[in-house]
Amino acid sequence: MATEQTRGLGRILIAPAVIALFVWMIVPLVMTIYFSTLDYNLLNPGSESFVGLENYFYFLTDPAFLASLQNTLVLVGSVLAITVVVGTLVALLLDQAVIGRSIVRLMVIAPFFVMPTVSALVWKNLLMHPVSGLFAWIATSLGLRPIDWFAEAPLLAIILIVAWQWLPFATLILLTALQSLDEEQKEAAEMDGARAFSTFFHITLQHLARPITVVILIETIFLQTVFAEIYVTTGGGPGLQTTNIAFLIYSQALIQFDVGTASAGGLVAVVLANIVAFFLVRIVGRNLEA
Amino acid sequence: MARQPSPARVLTTTVAAWIVGFLIFFPILWMVLTSFKTELEAFSTPPSFLFFHWTTENYAAVQGRSDYVHHAINSIVIAGGSTLIAMLIAIPAAWSMAFAPSPRTRDILLWMLSTKMMPPVGVLVPIYLIYRNFGLLDSRVGLVAVLCLGNLPIVVWMLFTYFKEIPKDILEAARMDGATIGKELVYVLTPMAVPGIASTLLLNFILAWNEAFWTLNLSTSQAAPLTVFIASYSSPEGLFWAKLSAASTLAIAPILVLGWFSQRQLVRGLTFGAVK
Repeated sequence: MATEQTRGLGRILIAPAVIALFVWMIVPLVMTIYFSTLDYNLLNPGSESFVGLENYFYFLTDPAFLASLQNTLVLVGSVLAITVVVGTLVALLLDQAVIGRSIVRLMVIAPFFVMPTVSALVWKNLLMHPVSGLFAWIATSLGLRPIDWFAEAPLLAIILIVAWQWLPFATLILLTALQSLDEEQKEAAEMDGARAFSTFFHITLQHLARPITVVILIETIFLQTVFAEIYVTTGGGPGLQTTNIAFLIYSQALIQFDVGTASAGGLVAVVLANIVAFFLVRIVGRNLEA
Repeated sequence: MARQPSPARVLTTTVAAWIVGFLIFFPILWMVLTSFKTELEAFSTPPSFLFFHWTTENYAAVQGRSDYVHHAINSIVIAGGSTLIAMLIAIPAAWSMAFAPSPRTRDILLWMLSTKMMPPVGVLVPIYLIYRNFGLLDSRVGLVAVLCLGNLPIVVWMLFTYFKEIPKDILEAARMDGATIGKELVYVLTPMAVPGIASTLLLNFILAWNEAFWTLNLSTSQAAPLTVFIASYSSPEGLFWAKLSAASTLAIAPILVLGWFSQRQLVRGLTFGAVK
């Protein structure tokens, strides 16, 4: 039973965290909203003026916005598809009888702990370099023409790098979920004469539905803000081919110093993220009651 | 009764799993191998896999050319500092929500979670301007603050899920025996909470170590941690693969070891307890 005393103490204990997060969230957000209504460029200080919704109009009608929105959707969608499908397969494989499974698991998880700038540069240079990269050598050995990844298929190159980084996350969560699936449940189904295939579809996949949803939602939140991988490899180019929304806002803010437009873009990004967050918070909240 | 899979099947799945594991791990292995080659061999085609002239000269060169140690210390200070401060703020909060929940606890938790979902780029402009005005750009203090606040929701959530698993009966028993809240905290809760606190600490240290949005945008040299230091190799004149590999190996090795210890906590921390 929580007494009056503990409840009062509880409030005091929780206060620093709530206040810190409140300040962290509200102050910059209010500033972003305020800046987004100004014509404000850092290269031209002292000339700020109120322009209403003009920045939003400018940001949303800018061809760069549509291009970057499309790139964001392709990037998020492709990485999700790759990590969920491959992650499920790898998790199912690791859930089998495997000698030395813990070592294999370590190898599979490793990419997740590599900092984004390292994975991006290692992939860009050591693996994807059109002349001296390992992929080029493999292609040449097989009698194929090596691909100049960052010139011919820059977005695909970014997708592969990011998918490699997030594959361990999907695999690990799905493997954890699989291992909690009751062996007896599967066996009971087999005893009932269910074939392996139908066991898989009816029991395993059904059991994985929720963890897959969680993987999709969490990855979507993080993948919307992929930044370092683009920053160190392509710088958003060639042209706008690898500019996602996060990178577009960054370049407006810290390369063109256009505070007004970047702020309007920032709010657009917040709204987009919130659409996904809404669903994730509901799923987690439902889980909290159980 | 678990059926024993046939030896042939075990062999097949084992071989398949090792091949998959090796392929996923390969880029890291390749990077480590390259770090022991000379620049010439690192760049040569066809590549040599094991039979090259092994050398450690790149490791010495990385330190000589760019003061690796300085950036490594920054990484330790920033990741360690932000994690410790976040723990100090989060432990009392998580404790009170787990042991003295109020009707609003659920809403507070979900609200905290939702702050984590705000894209950092949405507040890049104001944070950058605030930092510029207060002289916090390229300062360790500034990075500690921003990473601490950024990870605080995850820290609170992880601690909360751990604390919630501590059986309440034990507290009741201690209270029956006349323990005060202070004693309860020191003798009963702390020993049971230590494993959860340690895991949370570990995972958040890793997340802060690898953070590459704020560190890239708010630091350049003085306070730059390893993420930024490695990014400096992206410039065309920095096309030294063996040195890039050596610097990268040094930057990820400690965290890879820590990371392997925290696999289980990873699932829990990053899914906010939605998958255990």
